[in-house]
Amino acid sequence: MATTQSRTLARMMLFPSVILLLGWMIVPLCMTLYFSFVDYNLLIPGEREFVGFLNYEFFLTDPAFFESFFNTLYLVTGVLAITICGGIGLAILLDQAIWGRNYVRIMVLAPFFVMPTVSALVWKNMLMNPVNGLFAHFAIWLGLDPIDFFAQMPLFSIIIIVSWQWLPFAALILLTAIQSLDREQLEAADLDGAGPFSKFFYIVLPHLSRAVTAVILIETIFLLSIFAEILVTTSGGPGYASTNITYLIYTQSLLQFDVGGGSAGGIVAVIIANIVAIFLMRLIGKNLEG
Amino acid sequence: MGSITLKKVTKNFDEVNVIKPLDLEIKDGEFIVFVGPSGCGKSTLLRMIAGLEDTTSGNIEIDGQDATHTPPAKRGLAMVFQSYALYPHMSVRNNIAFPLKRAKVSPAEIESKIANAAKILNLTDYLDRKPGQLSGGQRQRVAIGRAIVRQPSAFLFDEPLSNLDASLRVNMRLEISELHKSLATTMIYVTHDQVEAMTMADRIAVFNGGIIEQVGTPLELYQHPVNKFVAGFIGSPKMNFIDVTNDSNAQTQSLGVRPEHFEISTDSGTWQGTVGVIEHLGSESFLHVTIEDGSTVTVKADGDCPLKYGDTIYLSAPEHKVHRFDKNGLTIKNAAP
Ligand SMILES: Nc1ncnc2c1ncn2[C@@H]1O[C@H](COP(=O)(O)OP(=O)(O)OP(=O)(O)O)[C@@H](O)[C@H]1O
Ligand SMILES: [Mg+2]
Repeated sequence: MATTQSRTLARMMLFPSVILLLGWMIVPLCMTLYFSFVDYNLLIPGEREFVGFLNYEFFLTDPAFFESFFNTLYLVTGVLAITICGGIGLAILLDQAIWGRNYVRIMVLAPFFVMPTVSALVWKNMLMNPVNGLFAHFAIWLGLDPIDFFAQMPLFSIIIIVSWQWLPFAALILLTAIQSLDREQLEAADLDGAGPFSKFFYIVLPHLSRAVTAVILIETIFLLSIFAEILVTTSGGPGYASTNITYLIYTQSLLQFDVGGGSAGGIVAVIIANIVAIFLMRLIGKNLEG
Repeated sequence: MGSITLKKVTKNFDEVNVIKPLDLEIKDGEFIVFVGPSGCGKSTLLRMIAGLEDTTSGNIEIDGQDATHTPPAKRGLAMVFQSYALYPHMSVRNNIAFPLKRAKVSPAEIESKIANAAKILNLTDYLDRKPGQLSGGQRQRVAIGRAIVRQPSAFLFDEPLSNLDASLRVNMRLEISELHKSLATTMIYVTHDQVEAMTMADRIAVFNGGIIEQVGTPLELYQHPVNKFVAGFIGSPKMNFIDVTNDSNAQTQSLGVRPEHFEISTDSGTWQGTVGVIEHLGSESFLHVTIEDGSTVTVKADGDCPLKYGDTIYLSAPEHKVHRFDKNGLTIKNAAP
């Protein structure tokens, strides 16, 4: 695909899908932009009055905004940290020549296929429930007080649930990356006197940097918009303790029927997502080059 | 110090036996070359010596010490891989420094060793590049640099030149030979290129199907091959084998004559033949001659050989240059000098 002609052709072929995707994105974006500047409450019918930046002012000065902003940040970084570290560990384990590893690999991927609502419900009712949950039984067996996860550590519980869902994804991407590592490099390192830790830090980890970058970028996109897990488990509470920006927008526009305020929140979320994207690309995007 | 002794070593991969019981003594400072056809177990044996493969049975001794179960790093050997196995995300400098840092050598000493190795190998200008930005020959030199800074008691090379083009290969061959002369360290060198083997080796070990057919200096192997396999493997172009039934020695099943030992005549000789394709190399020509029994032999002639396709010629060979092999392919002693 190097000649001018083939490049022109490629552009022309791409044109329809680009237009389609752009339209798909632009129309809702413009509508959201429009709503964010009008006074539009589903409970108050009548003229939609232009209110300027008032919706934004309300959204950004709401104390709940700051709390949910930081919750979003904790959620994303927490899940990223757990899935990357756990994923690397799991990938290294899965790379070992263990009996029946093909089946184990398929099993490991299973959580990724479970719908977020379902997995959140399973965690809520079967594992983390303070009365019936497995963890509660375990705590009682140990002679401890059962923890009421969603009341005492709501955000942490959600981080655990989401991590459980995304761990297989990270592990699988990192496993394929580990498998592409040239075995002779490891053998050379063996001869050079590198122990298991040196080999991991100087050879395996640098080799994985691209895959880790890809996992971070992909996961961040999805983690910024975590919603179902919160709705099913804590409904954002107690208070705003487990509300992220996505969930805050939902409460604004659908629970308080304030479409204008919700739209303003949506636009803010888009801006935040873009800032995060630019920040990430600057920080680690160079790993994907070359 | 770098003498290596193999005592009855064998290697099985699962049920498959790859190395049959094998004895070999490698003297300190020797340049020994393992040659043999593909899949005969050269790399496997080299990796066993390095400690990268377990030994199924038998013993490997390094400097008189049993090292059969010593981990690779403790054996004091350095290996240069066919794929070079450089660490791609580290600069050349860090690649060479890697084994030194693992051995906790002081930074000042590391610096001087790198500078020294870079000078020997002409890498001084490339120290801050990544391996991906180097040519094949330069990568090869970095791999050698990483090996020499550790001052190993022996170097192991596994087909180090097979990824290089022909002219670079000739250069690197010389450089490695020179390195061997200046370091005077034991080197074990695996190749399937018999020219490399002949030109570089102090001694050659010819492998075939997991056993060593013969060990000896290049000239010994050339002049006194113990069997048909070694005779055919050493020398280029390879030796011609002519089946005979009525030889002076009753056991003889075939005669071996090297292309360079044929004498060409236009009127009389032992074998009559028709000239086929002629390869002119300038300094010499190789004639492919079909003789009476239908087989084709290669004959070396002068560069300005006047023969043409289809000419009839007579070939003979001086008695003392003819090798005789019995029906098992073994050389019949006293038949050749
Ligand atoms: N890990 C392994 N598992 C099973 N069999 C193996 C393994 N490694 C090598 N072999 C077998 O052992 C035999 C010897 O292999 P080896 O790599 O030593 O050959 P080689 O002499 O180096 O050949 P080449 O000149 O092609 O490199 C081959 O038949 C190969 O199939
Ligand atoms: Mg090999």
